[in-house]
Amino acid sequence: MLPPELIAEAVVNGLLAGAAYALIALGLTLVYGVLHIVNFAHGAMLTCAMFAAWGLHAAFGLDPYLSILPLAAIFFLIGYAVQRWVIGPASHGDDGNTLLVTLGLAIVLENAMLAIFRSDTRSLGGDAAFDVVELGPMLLSRPRLIGFIVVLLTAALLWVLLARTDTGRAIRAVAKEKRGAQFCGIDPQHIYAVTFGLGAACVAVAACLLLPTFYVNPRVGNAFVLVAFTIVVLGGMGSIPGALIGGLFIGVVEGLGGLLLGDSLGQLGIFLIFILVLLLRPTGLFGAGA
Amino acid sequence: MDRREAVLAAALLAVLAVAPLVASNILLNFLVTSLIIALAAQGWNILGGYAGQFSFGHAAFFGTGAYATAVLQIRYGVNAWVGLAVGIALGAAVGWIIGVLSFRARLRGSYFALVTLAFAEVLRILANASDFTGGAAGLLVKLEPGIGNLQFPSRAAFLWLLVLVVAGVLGLTAWIARGRLGARLVAVRENEDAARALGVDVLRTKLIAIALSGAITAAAGCLYTQNFLYLDANIAYGTWISVEVLIAAILGGAGTVLGPVIGALALHGLGEIVKMALHGAAGPVPGVDLIFFGVLLILGVAFLPTGVMGGLRRVLRRGAR
Repeated sequence: MLPPELIAEAVVNGLLAGAAYALIALGLTLVYGVLHIVNFAHGAMLTCAMFAAWGLHAAFGLDPYLSILPLAAIFFLIGYAVQRWVIGPASHGDDGNTLLVTLGLAIVLENAMLAIFRSDTRSLGGDAAFDVVELGPMLLSRPRLIGFIVVLLTAALLWVLLARTDTGRAIRAVAKEKRGAQFCGIDPQHIYAVTFGLGAACVAVAACLLLPTFYVNPRVGNAFVLVAFTIVVLGGMGSIPGALIGGLFIGVVEGLGGLLLGDSLGQLGIFLIFILVLLLRPTGLFGAGA
Repeated sequence: MDRREAVLAAALLAVLAVAPLVASNILLNFLVTSLIIALAAQGWNILGGYAGQFSFGHAAFFGTGAYATAVLQIRYGVNAWVGLAVGIALGAAVGWIIGVLSFRARLRGSYFALVTLAFAEVLRILANASDFTGGAAGLLVKLEPGIGNLQFPSRAAFLWLLVLVVAGVLGLTAWIARGRLGARLVAVRENEDAARALGVDVLRTKLIAIALSGAITAAAGCLYTQNFLYLDANIAYGTWISVEVLIAAILGGAGTVLGPVIGALALHGLGEIVKMALHGAAGPVPGVDLIFFGVLLILGVAFLPTGVMGGLRRVLRRGAR
């Protein structure tokens, strides 16, 4: 039996790691909840954001934490433009088409990164990964602790946006009843694009939080996005609290799984959870209905 | 498939069949690879094109066929033709299992696409980790040319075999499309609830579609093994094949008999041209052909929603008037 401190440490570190997953899943579930599409390009967008944060650091020595705000703003604008002028018009309002267009987008982005940066793996260097904070008997990673706090702030900000502002009300209106919202003078295409932009901004923030302790290569987004899909399905497609709780849960599962089984089987476990949840409870643990 | 399309198909097959008499070895290699992808795309078309269930993980079937043939030959000394038959059967079985699990859970649209992707990835990770399938090093089939071993010393013979198989699947698809099964598949695609109300057994129809689809795509995987005599998990169960067959079928015309073959030939041809044209000074640029495929997919969905065959049909119809 493992000592309880070790297990407690794995749980807490899992929670901290899960925060990044939760944020990626938040963007995915937000887009799903409003546009009713699975954005297959989410992972590729994460890869782009990580390369952007890495590039800013490499070129100007900019700390990834300082890149959070500018990158989130830029990715919001890019996301808005992509949904408004590429995904929207190309899919003629058909869900099957949207699926294919976002898949096409993912292929383009991922391979563009591959063509530019080749398949080399890069990291910020430095020793951020070993930067720890002592909390009682546990050693916690400082970048992950910062990440956890920023994720909570971002989620709170998003909640305020959705609950308290006119744009937020419009987003919720379009998610519930598109035609009705249209009659009230809301432009659904604009709201779709805003929502997609918010999803992209979430990914940009997550990228900046991941970079100090993680590496980046053209395929890195895939690993995260499959975890994010699992979380979104687990938490219920379109459910924001579901995404947050699901993200933290998966983080803990991965932390404990890594401790008990070793890292190589961890990824397989996530796929199996994913398939099982999809088959047994496709509406998720918190979802009301598919 | 009307008479004009049948003539078009026959002409295309005839051109492919006489190609070895005039073409260079490079062109023959290109045609062989294209036809293997075309065959896999024909499999995708049964499920995605006719039954309307978009799979993002057809590598699951392709890899199963490829590995079955290789493992049977290497580990058990089974004849390659038997390996082909077993591979096809296993492809159908894997399709049926994925179908039972996911269609029973009423997964459709993006949920179904996601779960097929996940199944393919699970198989890839398992094949990459297990010694039985050669692990990360992959499997090498012994070179023993001879018809009995399903290996041919000349490219031409292998191409002729492929042309025959593709022609057979074209005939099968045309026959299905004209018959009751085809009508049921299209009914399920267009409106599942309406189909059910009219007495179509939706689950059974979808299961037939995915098993048939898996069998055809697995056949392509078997022939891939026999042609290249080497495979590893990232080839057999890799995303590349899932993506390429999907794009080939959709661009060629999903739900048409000839679409996937035309799509695969055109797509693979254009991909090779792009790769050659953008050959950097330091060697090939990785991923350029896939960037191009992704752009084509988006443009195709936007401007040619019925694919090349759909466009062609409109032109032919206009000509007939």
